Amino acid sequence: MNPVRYQTEDTICAPATPSGVGAIAVIRVSGKQAIELVGKVFKGHNLQTAATHTVHFGKITDNNITIDEVLATIFIAPKSYTGEHVVELSCHGSPFIQQKILELLVRHGARVAQPGEFTLRAFLNKKLDLSQAEAVADLIASDSDTSLQTALQQMRGGYSLYIQRMREELINFASLIELELDFSEEDVEFVNREQLVQLVKNIQQLVSSLTDSFRYGNAIKNGVPTVIAGKPNAGKSTLLNALINEERALVSEVPGTTRDTIEERLVIDGIVFRIIDTAGIREHTSDLIEGKGIERTFEKIRQAEIILYLFDVNITSAEELQKQLDTLKQQSAFIVPVGNKIDQYSDETYTRKFAQIAGVIFISSLSQTFLPQLLTALKQAVTLGDAGKGQVVITNLRHYQALLHASESLNGVLNGLNEHLSGELVAFEIRKAIYHLGEITGEITTEDLLGSIFSKFCIGK
Amino acid sequence: MCKFYDIIIVGAGHAGCEAAHAAATLGSRVLLITMDMGKIAQMSCNPAMGGIAKGQIIREIDAIGGLSGIVSDQSMVQFRMLNRSKGAAMWSPRSQNDRSLFSALWRGYLEGCSNIDFWQDSVKQIIIEKGIIAGVITGLGITFKSKAIVLTNGTFLNGIIHIGQKQFGGGRMGDPASSGITEQLVSLGFQSGRMKTGTPPRIDGRSIDYTKMEEQKGDEIPSGFSFKKTQLPKNQLSCWITYTNEKVHAVLRTGFDESPMYSGRIRGLGPRYCPSIEDKINRFAERDRHQIFVEPEGWSTCETYLNGFSTSLPDHIQMKALSLIPGFENAKMFRPGYAIEYDYFPPTQLKNTLETHMFENLYFAGQINGTTGYEEAACQGLMAGINAHLKLREQKPFILKRSEAYIGVLIDDLINKGTEEPYRMFTSRAEYRILLRQDNADIRLTKLAYKIGLADNSRLVKVESKEANIKSIIRYLHKTGITPNAANPVLSDVDSSSINQQVKLSSLLLRPRINLDYLIQKVDFIAKELAIYNREELLSAEILVKYDGYITREKDLADKINRLENVRISTDVDFHKLTSLSAEAREKLTKIKPATIGQASRISGVSPSDISILLVQFGR
Repeated sequence: MNPVRYQTEDTICAPATPSGVGAIAVIRVSGKQAIELVGKVFKGHNLQTAATHTVHFGKITDNNITIDEVLATIFIAPKSYTGEHVVELSCHGSPFIQQKILELLVRHGARVAQPGEFTLRAFLNKKLDLSQAEAVADLIASDSDTSLQTALQQMRGGYSLYIQRMREELINFASLIELELDFSEEDVEFVNREQLVQLVKNIQQLVSSLTDSFRYGNAIKNGVPTVIAGKPNAGKSTLLNALINEERALVSEVPGTTRDTIEERLVIDGIVFRIIDTAGIREHTSDLIEGKGIERTFEKIRQAEIILYLFDVNITSAEELQKQLDTLKQQSAFIVPVGNKIDQYSDETYTRKFAQIAGVIFISSLSQTFLPQLLTALKQAVTLGDAGKGQVVITNLRHYQALLHASESLNGVLNGLNEHLSGELVAFEIRKAIYHLGEITGEITTEDLLGSIFSKFCIGK
Repeated sequence: MCKFYDIIIVGAGHAGCEAAHAAATLGSRVLLITMDMGKIAQMSCNPAMGGIAKGQIIREIDAIGGLSGIVSDQSMVQFRMLNRSKGAAMWSPRSQNDRSLFSALWRGYLEGCSNIDFWQDSVKQIIIEKGIIAGVITGLGITFKSKAIVLTNGTFLNGIIHIGQKQFGGGRMGDPASSGITEQLVSLGFQSGRMKTGTPPRIDGRSIDYTKMEEQKGDEIPSGFSFKKTQLPKNQLSCWITYTNEKVHAVLRTGFDESPMYSGRIRGLGPRYCPSIEDKINRFAERDRHQIFVEPEGWSTCETYLNGFSTSLPDHIQMKALSLIPGFENAKMFRPGYAIEYDYFPPTQLKNTLETHMFENLYFAGQINGTTGYEEAACQGLMAGINAHLKLREQKPFILKRSEAYIGVLIDDLINKGTEEPYRMFTSRAEYRILLRQDNADIRLTKLAYKIGLADNSRLVKVESKEANIKSIIRYLHKTGITPNAANPVLSDVDSSSINQQVKLSSLLLRPRINLDYLIQKVDFIAKELAIYNREELLSAEILVKYDGYITREKDLADKINRLENVRISTDVDFHKLTSLSAEAREKLTKIKPATIGQASRISGVSPSDISILLVQFGR
């Protein structure tokens, strides 16, 4: 019941560049299936036929939705850092994009690398000198210390209580299944299948509230991606500057001054927002919403949890705004309509103009009027939006991966119970779930299960 | 009398007997020393073999060439296949046995081994010359020399028996304890501890009113333990079930003041899964009754065993409480129940061959390692006997993996995790439970045992033919179709949904309530085609078809993990010098000295990052 987490046959993935926002990040995938696995999510050149040490442009897509445009560098074993097949994906530097790509790889069968695991493999495949052994060992030890620290820090608030509950539920359920198997001859009452089904559903609920929290948790860790969108010259860059109180974006009267996406961090009451100023729409159209160029901006908007839709109150009609908002509503993000440039009004008639549209915040990014209202709206968006449901938050991709696998196994348990499979087959699935959740709940051993049985049931004839 | 042996076995219980037989059969000159030649392979507790997980162990012992299965078959008075309502991996054979016949048969088989000499005496001391095991000195002061020693002392080392406030030295009721060995081993640096176990009173069957009890009969067709053909009884004896009640509990409580358990006189830890009756009513006070199995002790005796009524309360309390149990109103007791405390040696001091880390050619097997149960003891004896022999012949050790046998699980658990309470096998301890079935123990193990020379040729021939026949049956099931006309009446009889086009027989077998036996009974053409195969082969083939998906997944998992089992850790490594390891890992690894990285990964306190650091050291 103590399966080894270190398996040198698995395909592993992890960011190879430091965390934080750089222009470009590299995600490394290594293992027997590395090329095949990346090929499943990579649209472009067929990577399986690619020669070693070649670079290929393509898109990483999830169900036909593009996550990012990347460069894939192919290294065929043994000519790679680890000595295995390696694919290095150079993607855009946003932690959000990196996380999405890793998530996708995990769903297709990769495993998030343990601290130091690439180096370990390099060493085992004789890519590193024996004299480096000690250094490699130290590296693994220190990396795992760091990640332990991180994990400990994550155990804040209700988290550990939640995990404790999940652990207890798992032990309880598994021990009831084992009771039937090892102690069928004992004079004890066995739990009926309906009760067992209910118990699994309880565990599933715990697991799914944690997986649901991942997006939110991830946002907390890496910043809530918040896109400022709107027509050219609606004042997006001015707003970004006003928000971060710093002349980061180049501001001018010429529409389309912003050529690159600009990203800044903003902390409101402990919540990190990654404010992304969109641009690059000039060449296609002057009409953001209806024009053909919406695709590229939409790519960014798709990655957003919150969209601040900025419009110029002076030149936008209520009908126009409604139409634009309706188009945006196809996205899953939480939309905050923001009416800008109210400083050009002498009274507050603009509020009447947009009275039938709910939740509009009026500001002047130039004179920094009503910015606190906008900050409050942002904060509310996190709690009101999809993302803010649970109190407990999973921020670690490895934990998320474990939860996903566990959830599959729990479905197997439910199916088994519904199909009246014999207990040892149901136990097979629950053991898998326990194994996957081991990283979160701590190890659950046979001794834990037996202990639970002996404390609850009078065993021993 | 010869004074020089290859191997001396100390103790002739279930471990000692298997050890002696295995080593002698392989060709070692063996001396078996026991305090009482009349009590060879004595069933000191209940007269039964097997049970859930334990039955699988007996099948494994048999598949390797041990004798416990054959002796159990030949001495059984009742046989039941437990867990029959569960999946095939859970089926567990269990027998009630004739206690004296069991013992006599074992003695007969051992006397039939020309390589075994016997000596009735106790052992006081192990002779160690310049750090090398050299023999033993007995209670009578006689010296026997040997190259290896297997200690199977059971509950005899400084054994103390408790009945109420009475307390006296003894290794078993009626037998003296043994002293000297613990003291010597501890002075040499071994760690020892105390454990406790208990046994119920034995009752005169003539005084029992069975009409007040429920009868529990054996299986109609007993299948037995051994893969060899053995004579199983035509008629079987029944067991009987009765229950305690509140009045019984009230009487038992009056004895708590005098209980050695509650007064603190017993310090050793007893097993939680085999509590005394006083423990049951104390810990589960809400229960108004507890089940008691009344088990016959043999064909020709009226002695009965009260399974579920283990106790160390004063004998007069035992008697009084007993008389309030339905069926025991006029019961006469042969002897009271008692608790026994004894020395054991935490098994983390052993290698996976059961040889001690401290001394080469010194082996421990059975209760001395903190286990409980005849089956657990017997399989350790078997493995220690085999490995003691192999080592003297400078051959590779005989190690079973966790994915190969319950025996592998047991030894691996013991040496890596140790045990706080008497260790008993449960199926939940095995991670590859679906692979470790009673039906395939021979397929798993007989070839391995044949290679070392323990399983004889007839066993090999039999298992090879079994495997071939299973393959033919599976092939037939996969290629033969059945029409809706033939299948639907058979399906509807067990409420299984009907088919509307021809399907393969194998796909029918995947259904929950459909088994091969049933199809053979109901469908003529299947019966005809499969008539040439025996029950065992049909059962195994059915299991392989029915559980194919699970079996494959467990095998994959096992293969994955076994890769680390092949990465050996050199024996002379100083873990304290591997400074990258966590402090706890360094300490645990130094103590347990794992042979492989796989083994290291199962030691508690050794983390995944410690494992990768070991991989860095030993992985290439």
